[in-house]
Amino acid sequence: MSNAPVDKGRRRFLTVATGVVGGAGAVAVAVPFIASWNPSARAKNAGAPVEVNIAKAEPGQMIRVKWRGKPVWVVRRTPEMLKELDGIADRLRDPDSQEPQQPSYAANKYRAIKEEFFVAVGICTHLGCSPTYYQSGMGEHVEGVASGFFCPCHGSKFDIAGRVFQSVPAPLNLVVPPHYYVDDNTILVGEEKGQA
Amino acid sequence: MANKFIQWMDERIPMTKTWNIHLAQYPAPKNFNMWYIFGVLAMLVLVNQILTGVWLTMNYVPSAEGAFASVEYIMRDVEYGWLLRYMHSTGASAFFVVVYLHMFRGMMYGSYQKPRELLWLFGMFIFLVLMAEAFMGYLLPWGQMSYWGAQVIISLFGAIPVIGDDLTLWIRGDYVISGATLNRFFALHVIALPLVLVILVFLHIIALHEVGSNNPDGVAIKKPKGSVPDEEKPKFKFHERFTKKYDIVDAIPFYPYYIVKDLIGIGIFLFFFCYVIFFNPEMGGFFLEPPNFEPANPLKTPQHIAPVWYFTPFYAILRAVPDKLLGVILMFAAIVLLALLPWIDRGKVRSIRYRSMFHKLNLVNFVISFVVLGYLGTQPATPVATLFAQIFTFLYFAFFVFLFFYSRREKTKPVPERVTS
Repeated sequence: MSNAPVDKGRRRFLTVATGVVGGAGAVAVAVPFIASWNPSARAKNAGAPVEVNIAKAEPGQMIRVKWRGKPVWVVRRTPEMLKELDGIADRLRDPDSQEPQQPSYAANKYRAIKEEFFVAVGICTHLGCSPTYYQSGMGEHVEGVASGFFCPCHGSKFDIAGRVFQSVPAPLNLVVPPHYYVDDNTILVGEEKGQA
Repeated sequence: MANKFIQWMDERIPMTKTWNIHLAQYPAPKNFNMWYIFGVLAMLVLVNQILTGVWLTMNYVPSAEGAFASVEYIMRDVEYGWLLRYMHSTGASAFFVVVYLHMFRGMMYGSYQKPRELLWLFGMFIFLVLMAEAFMGYLLPWGQMSYWGAQVIISLFGAIPVIGDDLTLWIRGDYVISGATLNRFFALHVIALPLVLVILVFLHIIALHEVGSNNPDGVAIKKPKGSVPDEEKPKFKFHERFTKKYDIVDAIPFYPYYIVKDLIGIGIFLFFFCYVIFFNPEMGGFFLEPPNFEPANPLKTPQHIAPVWYFTPFYAILRAVPDKLLGVILMFAAIVLLALLPWIDRGKVRSIRYRSMFHKLNLVNFVISFVVLGYLGTQPATPVATLFAQIFTFLYFAFFVFLFFYSRREKTKPVPERVTS
């Protein structure tokens, strides 16, 4: 052991340098721990698109399919239902689908590619419950509207195009997932036309 | 023989010293009333939760396919499995009962005031971890209410702007709540959070024994050194750690006196606890909710989703606000404000016994708001219920606002020099 005088500047530099390198190491070690919480490859695979056969859907009927574990609705709307979409704009939060809750090809009055078929993720935009479909009898919750969706959790109301009514907890219209018509009788949910 | 063993130990670890500092020679105010039982009861319930929890993991299967069935298996086929599970599920509710009463005791007697701010903060962290622990534990049976309750709570994080959606995806580990979510909640529920909880409880007690216990009069039992004549000092031996700097008055050693007193309280508590376990384990749907006897079904939401009773006051606040993000913020603010009590209350008098009538009424307002919100949180959100929830949310927050303003120049009664008996 030598008794050379202590070089304080050098000692401080070494202390700080060690601290910085060690700190960087600690941050790097945190990466796998945090990243392992992301969806696994298997979970991502399970998020693959699903086909819906609409050939046998009766007018007014709802078909439920599971996409990415979420319920997806396909409702074959009757002309009476479509007529209800008019004249309630002033009672809706976002009647013209300004918010990006749908692909651009569904940002129309019917929030659909073909007005007859409404495709939506059946999850309330408030806190993720699944609303109840009212083929008729929605009037119990909204005056003068016969069909729509009502969320039993916190009372959010949506019209038959999934547009949210005012003064309910849900802030946004129901989500329309990416989808397209493979042919006249088949809808593919989870993918846009021309993709992959 | 025993003495020799103790001596052998004491030379290697501070065994006797720790026993004396924290129990046999710890000065506790002599005027504790029945409100001072809930800390001990919380520890008892914690031990119950850890013990029964460890035993439940021996038969529980943490997977989306196996969880629900394994809980049924525990209930029906495992010997005394039903008892272990009911002790655990009742213990969860009992934990919140005693913790809420423990917190209210602190509010009544100003136990959060200087110098006990850190003690109070540790307590609030315990409360937070306890809520996380209870929430994650509730998902494990994988029933309908487990599933949809978790769905609602996790989507709260989706209200955070920009990162919300990615954050919820990260928490779930899937596009919906799935086996991945269940497994990580299981890991946190049985390992990570209990560990944190035990450490926090340790810190809570160390902080308590550093500043000393408050009491129903809110007056210090530590007097300046040399100010108390010997004949007024208690006839007990307290550890020199406490007597070195202060003269201790009106105190008795925690062991054996309060241990014996607490045993009576524990006996009464166990009477109620056993009643629930053996005669009413579901407690009318408040401790175990009826939809949870159905396995989780991601495609079907139960008609009415309500969290377990101990979350309902905060849930009612969340629902009372029409705006999602603001609702989430207010809900968390309701908890944060409680944690900030030591700084919101600017009064110098601790105990409610010597504070103004206005303070008493304000505290009554707080209790009523909390209880009414708790009730509303269990009910469906009708327009009338929502209106009431809004009124009582306002009153809940008004408690803190009023307190902040009047506590500065509050008209208090004269505080006695020494505790009253």
